[in-house]
Amino acid sequence: MTLVGRRWFCIAGAALLASFSACKKPGGGAAPGGSGSVTTNESSGLIVGHYASLTGNTAHFGQDTDKAVRMAVDDANASGGVLGKPVKLTTLDDRGDTAEAASAVTRLIDVEHVNALIGEVASSLSLAGGRIAQRRGIPMISPSSTNPKVTQVGDYIFRVCFIDPFQGKVMATFARNTLKLDEVAILKDVKNDYSIGLADTFKASFTALGGKIALEQSYSAGDTDFSAQVTAIKATKAQALYVPGYYSEVGAIARTARRLGLKVPLLGGDGWDAPELFSIGGDALNGSYYSNHFAPDGASPKGKAFMAAFKQKYGTEPTGLGMLGYDAAALLFDAVKRAGKLDGAAIRDALAQTKGFEGVAGTITMDKDRNPEKAAAILKIVDGKAKYEATVGP
Amino acid sequence: MSEFFQQIINGLSLGSIYALIALGYTMVYGILKLINFAHGEVFMLGAYSGYFLASALGVERYSASGQSFPLGLALVVLLGAMALSALLGVTIEALAYRPVRSAPRLTPLITAIGASLFLQNAAVLLFTPNPRPYPPILREVRFTLGGVIVTNIKLAIFVVAIVLMIGLHQFVQRTWTGRAMRAVSMNMDAARLMGIDVNATIRATFAIGSALAAAGGILFGLDQITINPLMGVLTGLKAFVAAVLGGIGNIPGAVVGGLLIGLAEQLTAGYLSPDYRDAITFLILVVILVLKPEGLLGVVRQEKV
Repeated sequence: MTLVGRRWFCIAGAALLASFSACKKPGGGAAPGGSGSVTTNESSGLIVGHYASLTGNTAHFGQDTDKAVRMAVDDANASGGVLGKPVKLTTLDDRGDTAEAASAVTRLIDVEHVNALIGEVASSLSLAGGRIAQRRGIPMISPSSTNPKVTQVGDYIFRVCFIDPFQGKVMATFARNTLKLDEVAILKDVKNDYSIGLADTFKASFTALGGKIALEQSYSAGDTDFSAQVTAIKATKAQALYVPGYYSEVGAIARTARRLGLKVPLLGGDGWDAPELFSIGGDALNGSYYSNHFAPDGASPKGKAFMAAFKQKYGTEPTGLGMLGYDAAALLFDAVKRAGKLDGAAIRDALAQTKGFEGVAGTITMDKDRNPEKAAAILKIVDGKAKYEATVGP
Repeated sequence: MSEFFQQIINGLSLGSIYALIALGYTMVYGILKLINFAHGEVFMLGAYSGYFLASALGVERYSASGQSFPLGLALVVLLGAMALSALLGVTIEALAYRPVRSAPRLTPLITAIGASLFLQNAAVLLFTPNPRPYPPILREVRFTLGGVIVTNIKLAIFVVAIVLMIGLHQFVQRTWTGRAMRAVSMNMDAARLMGIDVNATIRATFAIGSALAAAGGILFGLDQITINPLMGVLTGLKAFVAAVLGGIGNIPGAVVGGLLIGLAEQLTAGYLSPDYRDAITFLILVVILVLKPEGLLGVVRQEKV
């Protein structure tokens, strides 16, 4: 009995240790010097903190972004670093959880002494981390949070992607003017600010263009059964179904829809952008459309060069979110160079003055609300692959 | 009208899965007066056992070449996962419950919660928290009956659930082990005095309950498309409510409770709002505990003082 008890205790202890080291692992990589050492900022060069969901339901988002950020750091260091010193990157895992995101950001600021932050993909996590960054006067760039509230947190918070009202509007315009649809149903994730934001602007734009919302239904992140919603939607005259959710659920919703005989195309946003969408959804997604920051087959020369380098380094194609991760880091380095010092307020001012910065996923000019003005791409899913369909400008 | 019947079909198939899990709760409660909170995790690990067994038997090869997975192999997956889970259930009993069986009733309840959390987090560590698409152990075939779509998977869920439930009922009523279970459930000490091996009987109860949960796990994976390490938490709780609704400790009650919870959930999601899907289950729990705490099919047992 005691023997058994002790053995279990050891296993639990080992598991606990493993989870701690798993949290720390992604940090170390790029630069010399232990990640826990106390450093004075001016002498050690730019320290960048990245918080991302390396595990959890949206793990793919965080992993892809982190790979791209890491590439941007390597590229900057290969060409002499920033302000003459190598850039150091520390990544912490927030497991896709708002409380974890807040504690990761606090740790990056207090323990790792970062000069600037990159993160997150999910809007709710960027909000959680951004509030702390703003309070502490550390500039933060979100690579791909599209909820408008994120940069409204304060003047230290920026992003390199377009915002929800734009993405919802783009899909509404495309559905109404290009696909010529009259009635569309909506299925949104009520636990997700991003999903609610896209659904609301889609609804407003689509009805303003003379379309009709046949039915609005909802689910909660983590649900696995969608048959009730799909059955209710099937009973309407909807010609398409707008599902602005994340890939795990969207894949399952698509299969449930086909299984229950709902044959209309699905429409979505950049939350679809992960290979897992296809491993879960399979051929149920064929004929569907989603809006994204970027389409691989419609990229600029700079974007194509990045994609080739990413593929050579990691063996897979980057997602649109990866491209934005690279842009977030590259823009930060550019701003620090323009600021000429590592002071938070100086970096903030340089970021705010960004004009015509050429990233791998489009050209960035910051507006007065610290959101970039840029175009969106519409992709169509054909035979389990996303193909470039159209570009819709700001 | 076809929409209504579609919701009913969906609700019955979901309810059958709840019923299979509820049987495990109700059997263990009937014998030990213990709520086995780790049962939801046995259900989850049953689904994962099926996932890995199917992969080991080359389900990807079949689906890549467009063939359907042979029915014989599908049966091997089902029975294999059931056997593995039976083993797991017996192990949980031996490690977490037997050492504290004579302790006050709160103690095994707490070790149950501990076992549940341990298994959840071990699964997150081993299998990663990412949802996995469930392999096509059964190829999906659709039938349309007057506008209502029924898939062979939903039919299989219903048939497997009914067959296992009838089998269990016969087992408990007709066999010596079943009779021993009923005896232990009535009075453990008296049963021991009559020469019944109480430990073996309790082991058998855990093995059978866990095997049924594994069957539920595989059917759940097939029906719901993806599985993840935390799938047992909410599903397990709902099955527990189903067991209470039917009258905990009562086998036909667990089946009735499971089907009713499945229907209530589906109709709420379809006609009221999907936001209340989980709330309705726990509202039912509150109502039944206030109005008829012994459950729909339960009988009031006089507590001996």
